[in-house]
Amino acid sequence: SVFVLICRNYKGDVDMAEIDHFLPLLLQQEEEGLLSPAITRGNVHFLWIKHSNLYLVATTNKNSNAALVYAFLYKLVEVFTEYFKELEEESIQDNFVVVYELLDELMDFGFPQTTDSKILQEYITQEGNKLEVAKSKVPTTVTNAVSWRSEGIKYKKNEVFIDVIESINVLVNANGSVMSSDIVGSIKLKTMLSGMPELRLGLNDRVLFTLTGRDKGKSVAMEDVKFHQCVRLSRFENDRTISFIPPDGESELMSYRINTHVKPLIWIESVIERFSHSRVEIMVKAKGQFKKQSVANNVEIKVPVPSDADSPKFKTSTGHAKYVPEKNLVVWTIKSFPGGKEFLMRAHFGLPSVENDEKEAKPPITVKFEIPYFTVSGIQVRYMKIIEKSGYQALPWVRYITQSGDYQLRTNS
Amino acid sequence: MTDSKYFTTNKKGEIFELKAELNNEKKEKRKEAVKKVIAAMTVGKDVSSLFPDVVNCMQTDNLELKKLVYLYLMNYAKSQPDMAIMAVNSFVKDCEDPNPLIRALAVRTMGCIRVDKITEYLCEPLRKCLKDEDPYVRKTAAVCVAKLHDINAQMVEDQGFLDSLRDLIADSNPMVVANAVAALSEISESHPNSNLLDLNPQNINKLLTALNECTEWGQIFILDCLSNYNPKDEREAQSICERVTPRLSHANSAVVLSAVKVLMKFLELLPKDSDYYGTLLKKLSPPLVTLLSGEPEVQYVALRNINLIVQKRPEILKQEIKVFFVKYNDPIYVKLEKLDIMIRLASQANIAQVLAELKEYATEVDVDFVRKAVRAIGRCAIKVEQSAERCVSTLLDLIQTKVNYVVQEAIVVIRDIFRKYPNKYESIIATLCENLDSLDEPDARAAMIWIVGEYAERIDNADELLESFLEGFHDESTQVQLTLLTAIVKLFLKKPSETQELVQQVLSLATQDSDNPDLRDRGYIYWRLLSTDPVTAKEVVLSEKPLISEETDLIEPTLLDELICHIGSLASVYHKPPNAFVEGSHGIHQHSADQFAIMKQYFSVLQVWLPATKAKGLEIAGTFSRRQGHMYMDMTFINKALQHMTDFAIQFNKNSFGVIPTTPLPIHTPLMPNQSIDISLPLSTIGPVMKMDPLNNLQVAVKNIIDVFYFSCLIPLNIFFVEDGKMERQVFLVTWKDIPNENELQYQIKECHLNADTVSGKLQNNNIFTIAKRNVEGQDMLYQSLKLTNGIWILAELRIQPGNPNYTGKKKTNATAFSYKLMVHIF
Repeated sequence: SVFVLICRNYKGDVDMAEIDHFLPLLLQQEEEGLLSPAITRGNVHFLWIKHSNLYLVATTNKNSNAALVYAFLYKLVEVFTEYFKELEEESIQDNFVVVYELLDELMDFGFPQTTDSKILQEYITQEGNKLEVAKSKVPTTVTNAVSWRSEGIKYKKNEVFIDVIESINVLVNANGSVMSSDIVGSIKLKTMLSGMPELRLGLNDRVLFTLTGRDKGKSVAMEDVKFHQCVRLSRFENDRTISFIPPDGESELMSYRINTHVKPLIWIESVIERFSHSRVEIMVKAKGQFKKQSVANNVEIKVPVPSDADSPKFKTSTGHAKYVPEKNLVVWTIKSFPGGKEFLMRAHFGLPSVENDEKEAKPPITVKFEIPYFTVSGIQVRYMKIIEKSGYQALPWVRYITQSGDYQLRTNS
Repeated sequence: MTDSKYFTTNKKGEIFELKAELNNEKKEKRKEAVKKVIAAMTVGKDVSSLFPDVVNCMQTDNLELKKLVYLYLMNYAKSQPDMAIMAVNSFVKDCEDPNPLIRALAVRTMGCIRVDKITEYLCEPLRKCLKDEDPYVRKTAAVCVAKLHDINAQMVEDQGFLDSLRDLIADSNPMVVANAVAALSEISESHPNSNLLDLNPQNINKLLTALNECTEWGQIFILDCLSNYNPKDEREAQSICERVTPRLSHANSAVVLSAVKVLMKFLELLPKDSDYYGTLLKKLSPPLVTLLSGEPEVQYVALRNINLIVQKRPEILKQEIKVFFVKYNDPIYVKLEKLDIMIRLASQANIAQVLAELKEYATEVDVDFVRKAVRAIGRCAIKVEQSAERCVSTLLDLIQTKVNYVVQEAIVVIRDIFRKYPNKYESIIATLCENLDSLDEPDARAAMIWIVGEYAERIDNADELLESFLEGFHDESTQVQLTLLTAIVKLFLKKPSETQELVQQVLSLATQDSDNPDLRDRGYIYWRLLSTDPVTAKEVVLSEKPLISEETDLIEPTLLDELICHIGSLASVYHKPPNAFVEGSHGIHQHSADQFAIMKQYFSVLQVWLPATKAKGLEIAGTFSRRQGHMYMDMTFINKALQHMTDFAIQFNKNSFGVIPTTPLPIHTPLMPNQSIDISLPLSTIGPVMKMDPLNNLQVAVKNIIDVFYFSCLIPLNIFFVEDGKMERQVFLVTWKDIPNENELQYQIKECHLNADTVSGKLQNNNIFTIAKRNVEGQDMLYQSLKLTNGIWILAELRIQPGNPNYTGKKKTNATAFSYKLMVHIF
């Protein structure tokens, strides 16, 4: 059953009963195969996202900024998740007073306000405020230019952990040609620094190297870069310096996209032969196309099989294969896959003598993996300078990981 | 312990119990009770009868309780306006609380109580909060002005709150600035053309500075506001662009899109041959592509907007076709949008890849997507001539799959390919005919029938094929009936001897047995033509078809420009004009195009209206103009006498449009000998009306200390064209038909070397709006509307035809001639 868990009317220009039309419309669209994230009824527009079994719906009757609305809805999910660990029916009901308070603080008259959950937690607490307590004052951070970090943070040991994570997206055609590929990188920080530190991150960025006349050979050309609110964007635009006062704790400092043609790190060749009314035979060859010293961990190769297949038999040269009938997949798992190596998996399925004639979807083979201590692009953290007025020494720790992103290989069958 | 227990009480007499608890002596009990009330409210129970008891709990030093009470107030005040007054005192008191959280909470809630009666009590507290020492209170008060304006606009203006808001733009705190901008933008939506925000270079500079310091949301408010600004020249435009560009690197996708909006709009102002223009174009592509790695809903908004950007400036993304390749796990709405953009970007350079992709998609299982993929192959064939052959063979492969909807869709697009490339691919007709029986959709049946009729002379059994459709003639859709009628007539004209009976049969079915007027009309026309003048019949029926255009589904240029100015908004997602979102839809709206109008407005040379010789040394030269929805008389007064002049005044005689000055002459200091002064006199049309000859004649009297002087001048009509002169399409159609012929006027404009889009843009700068454009037999037809200040609508049809070089043929062969059909209609 469906009901409204909680709602907040910010402007009073849309009747609260309008929401009753939302789900029927959504279901109707779904049935017609015309699902859309923006649904209109009369002059009311519903902009929605789904999080597990909850719909977060914004209603408007104006020409609102749709990009802002979706960004805000996702921000809501983020804030609620940080407050309640899980955003679900129960956590909303269990905390409805705080949820109302948050909704009040996050948006006013349709304008998003303070949405940084770390700062919100300083004055909207789950225990309920007592007025006499000093903390129910507005933290100055809320309206500061530095709206993401409070003053007076203290750590015994000052450290920053930097994770450079690169995800490889590949789309390979059935004939084995790479249709599109790119790298989406992300630099995440875990900051444990006292006070108001000024940080500067140095990367082997091609544009920076060109600007400063350094050897371009060992640098990386980033097609596009996106930064956390804390990074001074105009400074970066001027001289490619990444300078910032970091948020406390975990945060994503930046992400980047690299358009170069990447060699698929795990190459898959597959033969899927379907003998009507009798059997399906699958042969998958996986090859590690990366340095011998590196190892890919937790490799998962998912191969689609027909929905009416039965009695699976497998043979693998390494790892183990498993049939997941509810997803119509064979999952071949290889815990550790060294570079340069090649492995083989054969699968055999029976097919019923009476086959269903409905056309079946042709899902691609997908691959999941993780290769530590290595980035495909060759991006490197050259330095992280940390300056705080108290003059403490702080240590940056850097870790590199390459992993699969959207990694799809189309098949012939 | 969690709050969920509050949802469980569901006994009879619940309200009664709650009432008792709300009046309990113990604070804790009362707080518990209010929580229960809010819980009941949350699940939709009516607890409005507890209003006085809840308000009684308002005086508390517990912040959580206070918030709950306020929440209750916001929900029920409107249904209990008389009791809402009870809360006023508490608000006033809370607005003076030493704790800024409480002051802000009070001012935030106040504005949400949409009860007209109590708003006046809130003015004083709001005034104080707007000047509060704490920025948290000020930023909340700024938003409160917008809230109050929504309830009682007049009061907000009378109380000077708009000025206070404008002052906050210069606030030292970036969040206050951002909220003030947001509030002013919101308010100005109901005051088109008012320039409430007072966007001048100084204020723009303040906004650009705040842009670097405020939160991501504040950045969006400021960018959206900047996109309404009209830089005075290209230098200013470039310097704003330079300061906006860094926002393209923000992690928040909405910040990126709002920055893209500003840049796309200001690009218009930059010279196309400048280095900066090229650099900026290059910078726009990567962030747009990155948006496609976002959440699916964000991708959707991005794709809908990219669709616009690709139509406006295809060069930005022409190298990026691969990022629009569809992934298996993309949601259907993302798949369909990507497909659309792929076709728009298809070119000879990438067609091989595109086709390979489309063929892959056409074998998927999602019917809508597959159909669109097949259609896309057809569009590629029409768009990229070199690929046509390959497209046709791909379509034939797909027809061989015998998947019913694929075959039908393929036949429809092959018909279009035949129209585009006549007499080129008939060799495949035999294959198409094999599938005749499987066609059960009207579109596909009509397409097949058209093909058979068009190539009847090459299909041996054309008569049999067409006859087979005749059996169930009356069950067919109109589209199939009309096509079948025409196809059989074509067949008859090509093979008259064998098909006489067939044509008789179809003509009688169409004219005698049908009650569809369109079908009957067409039947009779054919019948008459065939029986009276077979030669003409041949000419008419077998005439060359107008070629079909390469691009389909293009958005009208004027709408496209408007949508570009609203990138990121719902209008850009739905590809509907922004004014379609205005409540009631016919309301006044600020046509974004008049922002361009100001920038591109040309100032005509000043004319000497009053020579010095006729006015004892006073010379007046002037012109008229329309800026941001207001009319002005721009004049230069020169003192050519030997003595100084003072006591200036101006007066107009009654005139056709009731034009009068709205202010006295703004000359406040004496005009010394040989000195001149430029003034801009605002005008309105609320004065007395008298018909003049010519209609636009204006008689003026100017007085100074020396004497009174008279002159007359002509007002250019275009200053009377108002900004909301864009008529709804439907209204236009109806009105056009209703206007009697005697109100029609035709004339020609010669020697105008512009194409339809440029013309349309130029006219729009003068508030002449293009409602629709269509291409009829190679001529562009623009349908336009304009509205005069006195409410008279003028509708026009503008026909632009490729010129005859002998006609104008002096310099260029691409000269075009216009014929302008003006229709005047007074409502």
